[in-house]
Amino acid sequence: MSVSQLQHKLENRSFVVTGETGPPKGTNMNQCLHRAENHLKGRCDAVNVTDNQSAIMRTGSLATCRLFMDRDMEPVFQMVCRDRNAIALQSDILSAYALGIRNVLALTGDHQALGDHPQASGVFDLDSVSLLKALCTLESGRDISGNVLDGAPKFCKGAVVTPGAEPVEPQIIKMEKKVEAGAQFFQTQAVYDIKQFETFMKRVEKFNVPVLAGQVILKSAGMARFLNANVSGINVPEHLISKLEKDKEAAKSGQTGARICADFVKEAKAMCQGVHLMTLGWDHLVPDIFEMADLG
Amino acid sequence: MLVSEMKPDEEILDMLEMVHSIYLVGCNGCAEVCKTGGAKAVAAYRKFLETQDKEVSGICNVDFLCNNVLTGTRLVREIEPIDRSEAILVFSCGVGVQVVGAVVDKPVFPAANTISMGGHFGLWPGAEKCAQCGNCVLGYTGGICPVTGCAKSLVNGQCGGTTRGGDCEVEKGRPCAWLQIYERLKTIDRLDLYRRILAPQDKSKLMPGVKQRKTLYWAIDQDVKRKE
Ligand code: SF4
Ligand code: SF4
Repeated sequence: MSVSQLQHKLENRSFVVTGETGPPKGTNMNQCLHRAENHLKGRCDAVNVTDNQSAIMRTGSLATCRLFMDRDMEPVFQMVCRDRNAIALQSDILSAYALGIRNVLALTGDHQALGDHPQASGVFDLDSVSLLKALCTLESGRDISGNVLDGAPKFCKGAVVTPGAEPVEPQIIKMEKKVEAGAQFFQTQAVYDIKQFETFMKRVEKFNVPVLAGQVILKSAGMARFLNANVSGINVPEHLISKLEKDKEAAKSGQTGARICADFVKEAKAMCQGVHLMTLGWDHLVPDIFEMADLG
Repeated sequence: MLVSEMKPDEEILDMLEMVHSIYLVGCNGCAEVCKTGGAKAVAAYRKFLETQDKEVSGICNVDFLCNNVLTGTRLVREIEPIDRSEAILVFSCGVGVQVVGAVVDKPVFPAANTISMGGHFGLWPGAEKCAQCGNCVLGYTGGICPVTGCAKSLVNGQCGGTTRGGDCEVEKGRPCAWLQIYERLKTIDRLDLYRRILAPQDKSKLMPGVKQRKTLYWAIDQDVKRKE
């Protein structure tokens, strides 16, 4: 029995589209909720809510997930291991279940030195692998110290992988560990090089677990170059960069980025189980991407 | 003085699961005092290993294994039996294990858990190598410590943040420890160890118990306090 719509679609082998939203820094939830309601609702099968992404302190993922549910959107609760110890992580997993949340994405989390509170301590009692194991342990009716729970949760559990990492082998070994630890689906770091993605998919086919190809909409040639130079595992091919360069107006309006994304999605349909759209605030392009990529 | 305790026999045998011939290296420094090293402790463990169908190809005890230069010159003379062995089991603190791992291209396994450095940080100059985590994982990481080397002290493999140049996401010029561990395990052909899922570090071990703190200076301090 599937515990969520997302899991249901993954199990039925239908092509899945997930979106992603970052809660605001502050209490004004309007923009974040409206954007999601206007552009993602009814299109994305589920929407990830990030957890203090890039180690920048914001409103929490748990509360925002529940607000999404109140507006008939299915959330994916992202959890990082940086900010909570083993007690708080397990406690929030139980809280999430009590609030009706059924999809969880387990991440290690960026180091606090990268965000706006470098003075804070990084906990990392658990890591992405042991967090997945903890989820399974809780599902079995016990906490990670072996104590019996009064009522056990049940989730659709996801994790992430970087297909473009170099070397890619340690990523694949870790992916295998995550599958062993209970991951039921994967979202990837942004991929642009379809050939590279195809090779990666062939290598991980044996794990027999659904993979959603990550997409970050490219906003300019400068952004693409920045990603290539600074973000590990992201490789934007030169021919895409020149597309962005050719028509600066179209790039600025997001049309070029949306087109690049839609082209990728069309090709990826034959290779994987879905796409994960990380719009970085450009949610309004999602309807266009759906149309251009013939997504249902 | 540094404090270490022997790992449970089951854990050591689990680490040595795929290994038959083992070379033993002991430390005559702090580890001898803790009975985790020194000729007597190592000889006793040899007997135990032999009852477990393992072959001990040789033993070498070094005064202060944490001195990388001394250890290097000492182990050069043991190249022949070390070459014949599949792995090295080291009886010392985490620094000593890392020294052996750095000078010999063989899988190294720690026989002990380092609980406290007691103010002594080893004689390998220029690096903070052991954080006395009390749950030494060097046997699974090719002798490179992820607790001190990885910015997040991860024990289950590389995070997604390593830069294109192989640096840690935290700082340029700081190598990603997990990338080093991967390369090392690949070199010694033990990537199977990378595949192992390790349990979260037991943080209760970070606080040494009263018995384990009984170094000379600790005892004098307590004595002074009692008299006051
Ligand atoms: S894993 Fe590292 S910190 Fe822990 S005892 Fe071993 S060397 Fe020391
Ligand atoms: S980049 Fe490497 S060293 Fe840095 S936190 Fe990640 S795994 Fe650890």
